[in-house]
Amino acid sequence: MNGTPTHSILRPAVSLLIVMTVVLGVAYPLAVTGVAQVLFPSQAAGSLIVRDGKPVGSRLIGQPVSDPKYFWSRPSATRPQPYDGLASGGSNLGPLNPALTGAVKARIAALEAADPSDHAPIPVDLVTASGSGLDPDISLAAAYYQVDRIARARHLSPGRVRALIATRARTPWLGVIGEPRVNVLELNLALDKLR
Amino acid sequence: MLCTRPLGLYLANVMEGRPIWPLRLGARLESRVYRLCGIDPAEQMGWKHYAIALLVFNALGGLLVYGLQRLQYWLPLNPEHFPGVAADSSFNTAVSFITNTDWQGYTPESTMSYLTQMAGLAVQNFLSAATGIAVAVALIRGLARHSAKSIGNFWADITRSTFYVLLPLAFVLALVLVSQGVIQNFSAYKSVTMLQPVTYRQQKTDAAGNPVEDAAGHPAMESVTTQVQTLPMGPIASQEAIKELGTNGGGFLNANSAHPYENPTWLSNFLEMLAIVAIPASLTYTFGRMVGDTRQGWAVFGAMAILFVGLFALCNGSEQLGNPRLAALGVDQAPSALQAGGNMEGKEARFGIAGSTLFATVATVTSCGAVNSMHDSYTPLGGLVPLFDMMLGEVVFGGVGTGLYSMLIFAIVGVFIAGLMIGRTPEYLGKKIEAFEMKMSAVAILVMPLLVLLGTAIAVSTAAGRAGVANPGAHGFSEILYAFTSAGNNNGSAFAGIAADSVFYNTALGLCMWLGRYWPIIAVLAMAGSLAAKKRIPVTAGTLPTHGPTFIILLIGTVLLVGALTFVPALALGPLVEHLMLRGR
Repeated sequence: MNGTPTHSILRPAVSLLIVMTVVLGVAYPLAVTGVAQVLFPSQAAGSLIVRDGKPVGSRLIGQPVSDPKYFWSRPSATRPQPYDGLASGGSNLGPLNPALTGAVKARIAALEAADPSDHAPIPVDLVTASGSGLDPDISLAAAYYQVDRIARARHLSPGRVRALIATRARTPWLGVIGEPRVNVLELNLALDKLR
Repeated sequence: MLCTRPLGLYLANVMEGRPIWPLRLGARLESRVYRLCGIDPAEQMGWKHYAIALLVFNALGGLLVYGLQRLQYWLPLNPEHFPGVAADSSFNTAVSFITNTDWQGYTPESTMSYLTQMAGLAVQNFLSAATGIAVAVALIRGLARHSAKSIGNFWADITRSTFYVLLPLAFVLALVLVSQGVIQNFSAYKSVTMLQPVTYRQQKTDAAGNPVEDAAGHPAMESVTTQVQTLPMGPIASQEAIKELGTNGGGFLNANSAHPYENPTWLSNFLEMLAIVAIPASLTYTFGRMVGDTRQGWAVFGAMAILFVGLFALCNGSEQLGNPRLAALGVDQAPSALQAGGNMEGKEARFGIAGSTLFATVATVTSCGAVNSMHDSYTPLGGLVPLFDMMLGEVVFGGVGTGLYSMLIFAIVGVFIAGLMIGRTPEYLGKKIEAFEMKMSAVAILVMPLLVLLGTAIAVSTAAGRAGVANPGAHGFSEILYAFTSAGNNNGSAFAGIAADSVFYNTALGLCMWLGRYWPIIAVLAMAGSLAAKKRIPVTAGTLPTHGPTFIILLIGTVLLVGALTFVPALALGPLVEHLMLRGR
């Protein structure tokens, strides 16, 4: 060690670690929080949606929906509660796992039971669990697939429901960047406002 | 990739200690830190001194993380009142974060207090990345210097790379991420009233919170109906930024970058991927610059880029094809203007197939290990790519620092092999490659396969190892193989179905991460010391040029040869068998 005594390593090691912990572990996150609260207060607090003074959800976090008059979210594999904010994660089922095919079969059956007249092929994202278990979006295909059921349950014309999806749809930027999708909670809240 | 040159140049300037125009303030802070810590930044260290400083500094960091986890119940910034973390899990997590692995056996949003996350884990996100840069720069100095005894000053390398590179970049990235919706606060978790109530089944618990079993020993179930959803909160953006920039990958939340609070939009997804490769890619230019010939850096960059494109294409193609088992049920997996299609199990609608597979490739060719989709649910060949990315030793851009030094070792092995084949003198950048360098290269390259294959073998042959497996058949083997590959390479991603929060996996994977990180680092520093001491020999007609296409092909060949020869048998037992079962007739 080039004749270097031990304390010449220990002292810088200990003091540098303390300095770094204060700068990187305390000052840095506080500084980011301070600036973020000023510039982007709503995003920093979780993009919450407030109705009548009460938070009804977050724009970014999906919710479980099974009522035929609403758009259904994607299946969620979080346990025990679906869309459990405290246990995000996917199913982690492998592609050959019989449990995966079983779960998908049950989801297809539930969708068909809610609308027995519909025999269109089901968009894949509507029968597969998302990675986070909190996916706030569905594909546009999955939204349009549900139009007839919702229109019947709400006594609306399918055209009006389709038009509502179109106003909320997010399509890829320049046709390539991003995915065609729509935010389920915002769509359902807008649905409740339709007269 | 456009940022490789400017950022690489900037890195070279910082690491050579030249004054940097935008950060005069930082220079004052830097010298104050040195005075406070009793550091002489001009002192030059030999490789042994450098290595010991590194090991001591990292070990102390590990102790701090361990202590914070154990004591978090009594410490501030714990609004959810999480208890201290168990000893085996704390050990695993401490090793995991100081080694830049960020393997996570726990569910963070229900385990770790804000203080543990920011003062323990996030600090090591910075320091483990800075350690990687330090080792890479030490090796570059070894190649660039001649007849020298020293390879730099560890304290100065750590401080400079943190204050001038990681911290400013992280600060800016964190704010951009907040603008996209990544949260940044210190609130307690928030409860919201959902659109409609949800009913689900869960195991009953008694008054003390212990799970109840019925007379037959099965879990006693009950139905619960609630309209409340609890949303996790916390200082996520500040940690998210360094998680990507430092190729760490440890999520603030369990779903990692699949979680909308960590990665809410396509733009945030793109920026996170860019942040992951930015420093590893730029270091190739730093390397070229510091050895005085930028073509050398571009050659290494070229070899990395070619491997990257091939790996991504395979992963994306396989996932877009979808799952034939689901097609048989009448599910529509065809891509169209209205949906991404493909194998969407474990993927987010906002990323689709391309945004998921690109992220998976980026995070596993580097040592990042962040995930925005669940690799466990990938098709066999789609899941093989992240696994094989890591098995190549994470040299395709690789971790911050680790990628470059690992790739340079392959370059040295490559010129040695070429020297043997065509009878030329093995030399790299004017340094003769001799027995000592080859020994150290072998030590650095071979320890990882040894840990991975030995660890996997032990796990599949013991009950404790098999107990963690979630999926039946060949896929279960892949889960174990993936876990040890991830630990041995300090990646940190997982086939996450595996239940790894057990004493067996916490200990075994902890040891793999430890050895997989520091063993090669010592070998690399030893080689840096030996190379620095050598005289520079003049270029002759017999010298193999190391900046042309021939060298790039040679380098790619060496990487693939070592990776494939070592791991093809293991891959055949896992993903390849599964592929034949899924697609075959």
